Amino acid sequence: VKRVSYDIVIVGSGAGGGTVAQELSPLCRQGLRIAVLEKGPRLRDDEFTGRELEMADALYEDGGGFLTADGAMTIAFGCAYGGSTVVYTGTSMLPPERVIGRWNVPGLTHADLDCRARRFMAENNAHLLEDDLINENNKLFVAGCRKLGYDVQQFPVNIKGCRGSGLCNLGCPNQAKQGTDRVQLPRAERNGVEVVTRCQVLTVGERTIAARVTAKPATAKGDPSPWEPGDYQIDAKIIVLCAGAVNTPALMLRSGMAKNLPRLGYGFTTHPAFIIVGEHSQPIVNFVGHPKSYFVDQFTESERFVLETCMYFPFITAKSMAGFGEPHSAFMRAFPRLQMILVLSCDEADAHNRVALDRTGRPIVEYRFQREAIHGLIRGAVTAAKILFAAGAVRVHLPVAQPTTIESGDAARLEEIATAAEFRPGKTPVSAAHPQGGCGMGRDRSDSVTDSYGRVHGLPWLFVADASLFPNSLEINPYITIMALADRVAQRIREEVPSLV
Amino acid sequence: MPFDPDPAVFRAVVSTIVPEAAALDGRGWHDLHQVVEALLRDRPESLKRQLRFFLGAIQWLPVVRYGRPFTRLNDAARTRVLAHLENDPIQKVRVGFWGLRTIVLAGYYGRPQAADAIGYAASARGWEALR
Repeated sequence: VKRVSYDIVIVGSGAGGGTVAQELSPLCRQGLRIAVLEKGPRLRDDEFTGRELEMADALYEDGGGFLTADGAMTIAFGCAYGGSTVVYTGTSMLPPERVIGRWNVPGLTHADLDCRARRFMAENNAHLLEDDLINENNKLFVAGCRKLGYDVQQFPVNIKGCRGSGLCNLGCPNQAKQGTDRVQLPRAERNGVEVVTRCQVLTVGERTIAARVTAKPATAKGDPSPWEPGDYQIDAKIIVLCAGAVNTPALMLRSGMAKNLPRLGYGFTTHPAFIIVGEHSQPIVNFVGHPKSYFVDQFTESERFVLETCMYFPFITAKSMAGFGEPHSAFMRAFPRLQMILVLSCDEADAHNRVALDRTGRPIVEYRFQREAIHGLIRGAVTAAKILFAAGAVRVHLPVAQPTTIESGDAARLEEIATAAEFRPGKTPVSAAHPQGGCGMGRDRSDSVTDSYGRVHGLPWLFVADASLFPNSLEINPYITIMALADRVAQRIREEVPSLV
Repeated sequence: MPFDPDPAVFRAVVSTIVPEAAALDGRGWHDLHQVVEALLRDRPESLKRQLRFFLGAIQWLPVVRYGRPFTRLNDAARTRVLAHLENDPIQKVRVGFWGLRTIVLAGYYGRPQAADAIGYAASARGWEALR
């Protein structure tokens, strides 16, 4: 076991880890040694090919196939230099005041988060995409919503020099998306932070980390780790966990911390989602252009769902539609005529859904669909189908109907066609890309894992700075809120460096 | 250890899930198998065993109802067998079918030829390639 030491070690390099690294990096000039340990690889620009399975394998945890313990839902999250910011679409949303108020975390105000969030919106070049860069998949969504009187809004997106490859979820091949891999991490490295890729943290102990650096597989993408393969003991005066809402709670559980932190792993939410696909009679521009430009959130409070435009790749599209055989293939053959809408339901933290460990110490997510979340998916599916028909679709694929293909002549019957009875875990293709919770903020260890600055209760040297801090669902795309929270964590660490280091 | 399913059963299941697969030539099937093997390469052995077991069950369960194994059924009967699994009251059975369906869809649509065939032609050049 090789032994190294740092003043501060950050585990993970996504929205949380990248932000903490940047915000602490000026301390390097004062002589502090800071390292970021990232499990995934660091890809060269020319390795972002846009090929679906190849990029999923290179950039996602389990190649994008991480499943809940019962196998009924796929949870997608990044595993690379930049974490999930490499594979999101760059939709940049301010933290909603109603949600932060409902979280009711002592010491955390919406005004404080909002102020920090706006700074990162600017830093990441978040802006509304120019009209001539909006494709038909998005414009038809707007047209359908307006026809029905829905309040459709445009997403600010954090892109610079977008060429419209539409490949955001496979890592932008043009380096246009301003994730932490493009903005915060390079800045941190220029200031002296070391980033160690292919380095998996196994356990965390009292100011020390056990980690394993793996060799680059012969056929894999990305650079080798800057460290020799092998096991390491890394001593650090401050440790910041930013491995995401699945891996951070799992790491703490593996490290035996549940005994003193009874809420560890609990409060997991993830915005379960599925796609509704509409087929038009003519080809539309769908897979060229930014895929996610508009959303409707007017039903969040009343019906517990949000609608977003989306466009996926052949395999993910096929996987995300229910059924098989000719009806399924007919939609796939119509790919250039397809319009897609993502339905996200707003699940709630409850007593069941949590991150735990399997017998080998790997993370598992125990997740049961709540009645309200299923209701949100069904209502969202009906609303999305209405939008697709209003936009001119001739038929719609509805995963909660039997049969799943609905012709435009049946548009008036959508309410009776889509039913909760047709939502069947294991059959209905549900996936999620917003894992949250597991190390929720709060008052003390009876209701939470950390305080409002991400400090783990009872462990002054250990902080959390990622989506696992959320005490409940955020109900919007989370990365900007993660950055704002990570900025608070970094601020607290800077204030306490004299006493902790 | 490779996944290495019984080729006749696997091809019959693939062609039922994606009817276009029935028209694949030897090269097409080879590519499809390669994609599936790559997808499962780093997965636990237990998962590959479960998938092989599930394929075995698909092959032999129809004997009870139809008097013939899956590979000797016509297309309509094959579809009914898989639909039964997809809608089974036991969630583990549905999940098993969903897992099998997923690797079949990855094998078929993960090939560049399938993307071409359905008209998917994304390019890093984006708008420029379109215009």
